[in-house]
Amino acid sequence: MSKKYAVKQLSIFLENRKGRLLEVTEAMERARVNIRALALAESAEFGILRLVVNNPEKARSILASEGFTVKEQNVFAVEVPDTPGGFSSVVRILHDNDINVDYTYAFVGGGDKAVLIFKVPDRLFDVAIQAVEKGGIKLMEPMFFYD
Amino acid sequence: MWNRIEGAPREEIEKIQLKRLRDVVQRVYHLVPFYREKFQEAGITPDAINSVDDLARLPFTTKQDLRDHYPFGLFTVPLDQVVRIHSSSGTTGKPTVVGYTRNDMDVWNEVMARTLQMVGCGPEDVVHNAYGYGLFTGGLGFHYGAETVGSAVVPSSGGFTKRQLLLMKDFGATILCATPSFALHMAEVAKDEGYDLHSDFRLRAGFFGAEPASEGLRQALREVWDIIYVEVYGLSEIIGPGVAASCPHGNLHVMEDHFIPEVVDPETGEVLPDGEEGELVFTTITKQALPIIRYRTKDITVLHREPCACGRTLTIMESVRGRADDMLIVNGVNVFPSQVEHVLTTVEGTTPNYVIVVDKKGVLDKLEVWVEVDEATFADGIGALEELKARLQSEMLNELYINVKVKLVEPKTLERSMGKAKRIIDRREAEGMKS
Repeated sequence: MSKKYAVKQLSIFLENRKGRLLEVTEAMERARVNIRALALAESAEFGILRLVVNNPEKARSILASEGFTVKEQNVFAVEVPDTPGGFSSVVRILHDNDINVDYTYAFVGGGDKAVLIFKVPDRLFDVAIQAVEKGGIKLMEPMFFYD
Repeated sequence: MWNRIEGAPREEIEKIQLKRLRDVVQRVYHLVPFYREKFQEAGITPDAINSVDDLARLPFTTKQDLRDHYPFGLFTVPLDQVVRIHSSSGTTGKPTVVGYTRNDMDVWNEVMARTLQMVGCGPEDVVHNAYGYGLFTGGLGFHYGAETVGSAVVPSSGGFTKRQLLLMKDFGATILCATPSFALHMAEVAKDEGYDLHSDFRLRAGFFGAEPASEGLRQALREVWDIIYVEVYGLSEIIGPGVAASCPHGNLHVMEDHFIPEVVDPETGEVLPDGEEGELVFTTITKQALPIIRYRTKDITVLHREPCACGRTLTIMESVRGRADDMLIVNGVNVFPSQVEHVLTTVEGTTPNYVIVVDKKGVLDKLEVWVEVDEATFADGIGALEELKARLQSEMLNELYINVKVKLVEPKTLERSMGKAKRIIDRREAEGMKS
């Protein structure tokens, strides 16, 4: 059941080197892959670029063929009102169910909605989906992101 | 000269060599199964040695042989006769172990005394010994050598540069023993601290070894400290420092009444005539605990047998020109790429796709290991990657005995920048030691 809400996210290992990010975005551009959501985490020497795209299989094979180290992860996405407390409503549910959030990022959806993406430990993925759903939060199906 | 043999006629030296060589061959043949088997395979009995040249008929011994008989398999005496054990890091995990009897210590002290006497170091001298004390032979080798010639030894060991400078100045050290890079580092720190290197210190000579030094670096040390530069060559498998030392005429004399040098073709093992470049091979002819027959040093050099203006007749070896294997010397410590590989394969989640980069940080060497992050290694989290990096660094310190900076890189980087097979980038030489 929770599989239904598994959104494929691509994590790309990047050295902190001039032009490296551009190489990823240009590869996506050439392949006509649309980036729907992204987050970049960085340390002093390297970074991890996380992408949700409209065609993960295509994006992944393009990036791999260009020599990038890519890892596919399951994340889930929820839609909340774009008002104070929207984010909190989801985080509270996860907290109450002892589910640690590895990372999260968000973008403003259409109208007065915001879309939040969550990565939780894989073994807690199903539990998280169930808890969020039970809490009355609207889960987004992957088709929202994909073509 | 500490011992008149250093300037004795060649015939006399060779006579002593032959007698001692025959003794050591008998000794290893009868006491060490490894040698007996190898001699028998080669069809040689100990009485086949009728001249020093017959040495060429004996089989070689390698670092691998020492490892295969770890720890004491090649010793010719029981441990109750051993008074000292030293060890150096091995090529893959297992260290190389060497032992000394009381008599071996006398030999070592003798050759170190000769080394120190190259500049007349004696009772009036204060010897500041900045070689590391411990399993490494450098520290204790110089220490007892300096005691043997009657100097006052300051066993400062490595590190704590500022305190060392203070002691060197206040104790009036006249002799410095250190790796060349550390001696230059000391000079730079001294300048920063506001010392006047010529008037604040009384140094007159320095004994430098354990790592290669360019002529530029030597000249820089001579000038900055205003000292005579004495080069010291040695390796623990043979005895430690004191296998050869340079005289005031700059010639590196081999203590060949204890260690017979040969230069061989690294490929064929054939002995090469004097003046030709090849791999240096040593046979110890006076050591008891761990005598070693035709040890392949992997050091590339040239031998000359001609009398020196200093009066010594001992064979002259040129400064080591390079290595026949891929060993690196980083701040005096031997590093083999295979050790790095060993860590990478034992730390879960890493593949042995790496490049070793050696560079200068100031005057000291720094070692970086670039490790490829592939799909198996790549944990999707900064924390997990930082942890992996920290774990690799601590394992490398454990294995190599030096600090290594691990850098996680993309797979393409390594291929693109240096071709797959190249595992080592040594940027130190390009820098030169312009000073």
